[in-house]
Amino acid sequence: MSLLSTHGLLAGYGDMRALHGIDFAVDPGETVALIGANGAGKSTLLRAIMGLLPVAAEMVQFDGKPVGGTAPHRMVQSGVAIVPEGRRLFSGMTVEENLRVASEHAAAPHNTPWTQERVYDLFPILREKARTPVENLSGGQQQMVSIGRGLLAQPRVLLCDEISLGLAPRVVREIYAALPQVTAQGTALVLVEQDVGLAKQASQRLYCLLEGRVTLEGQSSDISRDDISAAYFGASHALD
Amino acid sequence: MHWIEGIVQGVLLGGLYAQYALGMALMFGVMKIVNVTHGDLVILLALIGISFADFAGIGPWSVLVTLVPIGAAIGWLLQRAILNRVVGDDPLPSLIATFGLSIALQNAMLVVWSADTRSLPGGGIQQASVEIGPLFVGVLPVIVLVCATLLTGGLDAVLRFTRYGRSLRAASADVEAAAMVGVNPKAVYATATAIAVGILGFAATFQAMRSTVAPADGPFMLIYAFEAVIIGGLGSVWGAFTGAMILGISQAIGFRISPGFGILAGHLVFLAVLAIRPQGIFQRKS
Repeated sequence: MSLLSTHGLLAGYGDMRALHGIDFAVDPGETVALIGANGAGKSTLLRAIMGLLPVAAEMVQFDGKPVGGTAPHRMVQSGVAIVPEGRRLFSGMTVEENLRVASEHAAAPHNTPWTQERVYDLFPILREKARTPVENLSGGQQQMVSIGRGLLAQPRVLLCDEISLGLAPRVVREIYAALPQVTAQGTALVLVEQDVGLAKQASQRLYCLLEGRVTLEGQSSDISRDDISAAYFGASHALD
Repeated sequence: MHWIEGIVQGVLLGGLYAQYALGMALMFGVMKIVNVTHGDLVILLALIGISFADFAGIGPWSVLVTLVPIGAAIGWLLQRAILNRVVGDDPLPSLIATFGLSIALQNAMLVVWSADTRSLPGGGIQQASVEIGPLFVGVLPVIVLVCATLLTGGLDAVLRFTRYGRSLRAASADVEAAAMVGVNPKAVYATATAIAVGILGFAATFQAMRSTVAPADGPFMLIYAFEAVIIGGLGSVWGAFTGAMILGISQAIGFRISPGFGILAGHLVFLAVLAIRPQGIFQRKS
């Protein structure tokens, strides 16, 4: 059984519906990538799972229980964490304080707990910058803090929203190199990613979204570039 | 000598203003809630305290010990019942909601306590003074100043060093991001308002001891609290404390110049700060 799944998920902003029945699932320890053009609904899907948008309870299941529409802080405490788009760090607070807020409100650890030390081992630069206010960090360092914050919530599923956005390729490689250590202990990863090549490479399975619907789903290694571009741009729709 | 005495009086007056301003620093500076009932809550607590002292025959210190938890309970309820519905990036909804509540509260207090001015008997402490060199300094204002300093230091320490303080700062930096790391913003805000109004329990007791209170007095205290917070700079509790001192000293010196000029002098200094350094004295430029 899947750890986290959605079933005909409908969600939107006010009167505008952005997701038209998404079926999505992720297993423990699995890395799943979500790709799609801007406005396809990738971030909306993560926000809906996280309880940041109103959805019906049975449309999102976690650990066999309906959790749709649960308040975000309760989702965190039951084991779902998010690395939000745009990093969203707490400005005016140091790296260490940002991490502490997360560990002080974390879920009960399911496996070897993430500690501040383990986060610093994963991203050694953060140990040097521990006492620096987060607004003085580089973009890559801020993204590392944001990921560290997500890990310290002790998640069983970590949702990552565009963690490579706006970062230098070297930094992106460094961040992606750290991800296998996250899944090694059974944490599932959901990666929203603009870079299709990176998404294919880093994941076992991928979903492609177009205008709020899943247009492609499968093993990342089996899917060809042509399948992806058809699903990504909706070429097959145009031909129908 | 004249001027030194003015400054000393101003610092002591600033102690009382600091007690008004601390809760405002927390609500306006940290949570971005404009609470127009701030001053009315001081008056409400003071009137409750005066009636309670009358009824139960207790002294001012027992009144203080009673008013702080009552204030905290009122604050918690205010946030849970009203302010949590209007809190957000836009301060206007909280301003409108509390503006209405302020008027209702003033009228309700008129019904219960009438328009009479009242005060809290202090058992002679109001008249006590000590001689420091050539100056006579009132004992009560010194107690007020010491309390204000301890409250400021305590609140600053809570914000800096406790789990709760970190969660409140996180929520004030980005409320949605705070919820995404497990902070329950509504509970954090309810506690913050409980602390803010709890501190007004001190302000209410001392205000009723050193002077008089009547149901329509709240807006003055609201203005002083606002001015102190803005002079000091949003989001800093020591800034609010310093702002209160500057306001107190300006008023005291104004009174020395001319008895009618005191309050206006405070307002003028506030306007000058707003014109020259609008981010406040303690706030970094961003």
